[in-house]
Amino acid sequence: MSASDLRALVMPKWGLTMTEAVVVKWLVDEGADVELGAELVDVETEKILSAVESPASGALRWRAAEGSTIPVGGLLGVIADADVPDDAIVGFAATFEAEFTPETEAVAGEGPLPQYVEVNGRSLRYLKLGEGGEPVVLVHGFGGDLNNWLFNHEALSAQRAVYALDLPGHGESSTNVGDGTLATLAQAVADFMDALELPAAHLVGHSLGGAIAAELAGTAPDRVRSLSLIASVGLGRELLAGFLDGFVTARRRRQIKPVLEALFADPALVTRRLVNDVLQYKRLDGVEDALGAIARNLVADGQQTVSIRECLATYPGPTLVIWGAADQIVPASHAGGLPERTHVEVIEAVGHMPMMEASARVNQVLAAQFEGRLTA
Amino acid sequence: MARTITMLQAINEALDQEMARDSSVIVMGEDVVGGSGAEGEMDAWGGPLGVTKGLYAKYGDRLLDTPITESAFIGAAVGAAASGLRPVAELMFSDFVGVCFDQIYNQAAKFRYMFGGRAETPVVVRTMYGAGLRAAAQHSQSPYSIFTHVPGLKCVMPVTPYDAKGLLIQAIRDNDPVIFFEHKGLYETEGEVPEQSYSIPFGEANVVREGNDVSIISLGLMVHRSLEAAETLAGEGIQCEVVDLRTTSPLDEDTVLESAENTGRVVVVDEAPPRCSIATDISALVAQHAFDALEAPITLVTAPHTPVPFAGVLEDQYMPDAARIAAAVRRVAGYAQ
Repeated sequence: MSASDLRALVMPKWGLTMTEAVVVKWLVDEGADVELGAELVDVETEKILSAVESPASGALRWRAAEGSTIPVGGLLGVIADADVPDDAIVGFAATFEAEFTPETEAVAGEGPLPQYVEVNGRSLRYLKLGEGGEPVVLVHGFGGDLNNWLFNHEALSAQRAVYALDLPGHGESSTNVGDGTLATLAQAVADFMDALELPAAHLVGHSLGGAIAAELAGTAPDRVRSLSLIASVGLGRELLAGFLDGFVTARRRRQIKPVLEALFADPALVTRRLVNDVLQYKRLDGVEDALGAIARNLVADGQQTVSIRECLATYPGPTLVIWGAADQIVPASHAGGLPERTHVEVIEAVGHMPMMEASARVNQVLAAQFEGRLTA
Repeated sequence: MARTITMLQAINEALDQEMARDSSVIVMGEDVVGGSGAEGEMDAWGGPLGVTKGLYAKYGDRLLDTPITESAFIGAAVGAAASGLRPVAELMFSDFVGVCFDQIYNQAAKFRYMFGGRAETPVVVRTMYGAGLRAAAQHSQSPYSIFTHVPGLKCVMPVTPYDAKGLLIQAIRDNDPVIFFEHKGLYETEGEVPEQSYSIPFGEANVVREGNDVSIISLGLMVHRSLEAAETLAGEGIQCEVVDLRTTSPLDEDTVLESAENTGRVVVVDEAPPRCSIATDISALVAQHAFDALEAPITLVTAPHTPVPFAGVLEDQYMPDAARIAAAVRRVAGYAQ
């Protein structure tokens, strides 16, 4: 970084409705050296508490006050070399703030909204961000929805169209999951791609979504430009005992909270709002049955009963596997023994939700995957 | 998919969806059809406020207009429930419970116990409560503590349209008698409500605002006023946790105690008079089980022990408002032993 190269650390936009967030706690002292992608500061919206990562390597020279509320795009900090004079830093911050116009609530509401598509008698909700390029389809995991990609969707869509869908039985899609098998769910994703006229796409799947994406790659490899699996099921037998059952049957906050906490390396990420959002979804008529049907096809006697290793062996395209080393749900050891050409990325101190817990790293690796820059 | 509707629409939608789902669900009460003999819309007004409007056209004689005899039609609803239907009876004003109390507290509430668990009474009594509408002493009370006192009854008080729909669906599906209290001042409250059916379990309080300084435990309309007070107090540096009880029977003791233990300072806000009330009950609960955590006396903000006045200026004084709640919280927050 040259002396003239000052980088603004700005408030990210996580999800469509976010307009501002509160600076909760700085994780790095003023003046300290930081690496690209390092977590610098915890900020909290009404929905979620998460860390903002450094956009560059250098020294953290200026920080917004803890407790202050900063609009999306507003200045959180300044990163520059240690030899940049203090008054240049102050001037940079002052100029930034003078020129910055926060987006108003009205403008914030005008962003792209989720849409619905009718596929084989099911209504599927999806959100499309970005245009052009080779399209990407993001497939969430068991009990999740398209909002699981909150920290990734916008970043990935800078160069290409990125679609995130709600699987059948999830989010605001129809609750009809048929027999609940991987084959049925993979067919639903293929039907979704047909309906949106996507002959082929880069598929990214998390957990259950990973197995669904792999199933599709195995049965219709020409439709899958590349395959990215995040903490996928189907690569080994172990699964946290009682997790699926606990998720399916919990009806109350006290029952669901410990289940959700197991998803993250840092249980503080499970806010009351997150718990409420999950409970609101689970209270809908038909959801418990839908999740139960899917769960029955995934596990028996506490062990996974599906395997995607055959699909990975036959799929000829680029394959990426991402795992959190501290995953309590599906152990990171399942990333072993994969075909040699697979690029494996294990991230330290991260649980079952790497795309939320280490979003900057995951976004970098996924972008490299889409651009064909990854090697095994 | 969620959209914004009023609490009145949310209650109507819950009744509509449950009547469509289960043919044993019936609706009965004074003017719930509203047949006036006139043509078209006027022929089915749907109750004095239009809560049941539109249901008669869909479900016909599964809606019964009854004579103005609560003793008879609440009794009939209880009997129908005991013999296989799921009636939702509308007791227009909860103040009128005096004439049909035997049917509720000494019949419906007792059947399961007296018949060795072999009788179920899945009746819902929907009823309006609360002051603020210049309706005088006989149409403005908040008598939920009387029902809460009776083992065998479940008591529900929705605060938002989302809760109203999910709690009413749960009430209709529940196999025990449920008294469903609707505050007159909340029918026009708007909020996001999913189009799909969903049910919210009883006995799960809702923490509607998080804070570490003072707990405000509240119910019904008072939750809105507590939130208003909490907003003002946040500007003064006092962070309130506001708990909406949602149901007083079953009562979510754990959430109340968790909050009390977290803040050590508790204000209970209740629209009803203070003797033998939900406010005193919560106060006793906290004193019994969270005494060691308390940093200040438990403080109650309630109506005075008088009938609800008719004079507007007195009625406004009678009901706890945000200013009184905020004043109580300031006292509790500043209390030093």
